[in-house]
Amino acid sequence: MTSSGVLTGKHFFQGDEACAEGAIAAGCRFFGGYPITPSTEIAERLAHRFPEIGGVFIQMEDEMGSMAAILGASAAGARAMTATSGPGFSLMMENIGLGVMMELPCVVVNVQRGSPSTGLPTLPGQSDVMQARWGTHGDYALAAFSPWSPQEMFDLTIHAFNVADRYRVPVLLMADEVVGHMVERVVIPPEDQIPRWERKRPDPKKKDSFEPFLAEDPDLVPPLAHAGEGYRVHFTGLTHDEQGYPDMDAETHHRLVTRLVEKINHNAENIVRTEDHFMDDARIVVIAYGSTARSARRAVKDARQEGIPAGFLRLVSLWPFPAEQIKKLADQADSFIVAEMNLGQMALEVERHIRRPVTGVYHAGGVMMAPDRILKAIREVATRDDTHQR
Amino acid sequence: MTTPINVDSHPLDVILRSDRIPHIWCPGCGIGIAMRCYAQAILDSGIPRDDHVLISGIGCSGRVAGYMKIDSYHTTHGRAIPFAVGLKLANPELTVSVFSGDGDLAAIGGNHLIHAARRNVDISVICANNFNYGMTGGQLGPTTPFGARTTTSPYGSPELPFNFPYLLAASGANFVARWTTIHVRQLKRDILYMFSKPGFSFVEVLVPCPVGFGKMNYIDKGLDEMLLYKERCVIADGTPIDELGIDLRADQPIYVGRFVDRDLAPYQPVRLEDIE
Repeated sequence: MTSSGVLTGKHFFQGDEACAEGAIAAGCRFFGGYPITPSTEIAERLAHRFPEIGGVFIQMEDEMGSMAAILGASAAGARAMTATSGPGFSLMMENIGLGVMMELPCVVVNVQRGSPSTGLPTLPGQSDVMQARWGTHGDYALAAFSPWSPQEMFDLTIHAFNVADRYRVPVLLMADEVVGHMVERVVIPPEDQIPRWERKRPDPKKKDSFEPFLAEDPDLVPPLAHAGEGYRVHFTGLTHDEQGYPDMDAETHHRLVTRLVEKINHNAENIVRTEDHFMDDARIVVIAYGSTARSARRAVKDARQEGIPAGFLRLVSLWPFPAEQIKKLADQADSFIVAEMNLGQMALEVERHIRRPVTGVYHAGGVMMAPDRILKAIREVATRDDTHQR
Repeated sequence: MTTPINVDSHPLDVILRSDRIPHIWCPGCGIGIAMRCYAQAILDSGIPRDDHVLISGIGCSGRVAGYMKIDSYHTTHGRAIPFAVGLKLANPELTVSVFSGDGDLAAIGGNHLIHAARRNVDISVICANNFNYGMTGGQLGPTTPFGARTTTSPYGSPELPFNFPYLLAASGANFVARWTTIHVRQLKRDILYMFSKPGFSFVEVLVPCPVGFGKMNYIDKGLDEMLLYKERCVIADGTPIDELGIDLRADQPIYVGRFVDRDLAPYQPVRLEDIE
């Protein structure tokens, strides 16, 4: 092990453990969390690992405290993270909004379980994906990723920290119980091959004239001064001007909220990630994410064996939504199938961009979706499309 | 018609965001006095000013963070303490204080208050207690004395209030004091002491709220409440903490002073080298 704690090499890790190692490799040195199934192994591993490498692990009294604590740690300059599941995610919502408003980078991992309410604590779900987008009150934008393997629990945790720091925004890792508890090979690269995007920092020579919320660059991201550096900054959840001072003016409010949203949307090409297979001649596109995407890929492969021109698109990032990629496919393909472990959430977003109804393969959660269900839908759509074309 | 008094400067302008003055507090409010004590303590502390960080929650007292010209964070309702805990643990070199109100700290933030005290995290908490929710117009709070009237207890509060020193002592704080806005020297002295006191330290400051609380309880001028403190307060360090409850109706003393000053182990993140 290097002094940085990066466990370079090949491992057999559970997704939750891989996430914890991804955080360590990303330089995360603060974790504040509250135990909740099925995310608890992330906290447990960091409680074990942080004392070895100088990180701070604190088990907070609840998820509201956890979320506030990671924002405080971020304000002091740390890469900070928490991990939770549905009920805790709901409790974190208010301070996720504070993170958006104060533009404090942090990573929130949600290992989704069957919901709503206490739901299915030990079983998978994907029904918090719209909450990720709209859960805190008000207009806002942030980034959310959906890992489909323990390897991606590692890789996307690092990407989440990079996006958070680069764009000064809370980033959500929307895993699910299957991926969190699945054990697979995870390859951790050498330390110098781990991508690192830094926070934009103010010019120490301009301390006196520094305006902490003035975004002068085209990326709309203001530099971030940390507590104790002498910039004498003020951060507030109230609507604020470029100086950071509360300002109850409607135009200031509109300007601020618009920038917070555009900051993410304008930089979407650097944040968004998708993966596709068999897409060149695809007439039927199957869209899925997280553990459901594993089944969807299987189903598409099987459909190809049967001669059905199906393609597979995986949403690696959920938010910002890969709108451009989907719009391009809308011209190419006849039909779209969305498979997800909820009653049709991302399907709404797909429909919004392709401007026609999708065929949904939904389940409320509790069990990983079987490839056969998706294959059946592909066959039905293929038959329907053939009939239309005749 | 009153004539505004214009002054060019204030002795503490050096540490205040003077471009944010005038403040939002009502005439007769005591929060400014408590803020002044905190500001003076920073200047007297000998700790570099840029090592001081202030966190506040929501409410009238939460606005203090916006008036201090130091790194300051005005967070969400009730969450000032966990934000401060995260900040302090991420950079233990900083002197981290929380300035907020009784409703913010003891009602919506009550769980964080007792757990930060239990862990004995090295932060200083200044709690301005005005017996009600002032910002929203004078509602019942966790410190509203039994029988006191507010807009949501128009017939008198049916609830018993928190006794802060009792609560904090039971929770594990290393230092607990109570003063009022007439005890400015003691208050500043104890804030100064809290900066250097390891572990969780807490001072309750009783502040007049004539517009919110006072108007419904026959103390509708700030001066009246100051006089009430002057007549009724008894400096009684070491009074049994379970006897420190405040009942404004009864003609009984309001005990102020230092009630807890002990050296329980402050919270330290676990380090392997400390164990092996």
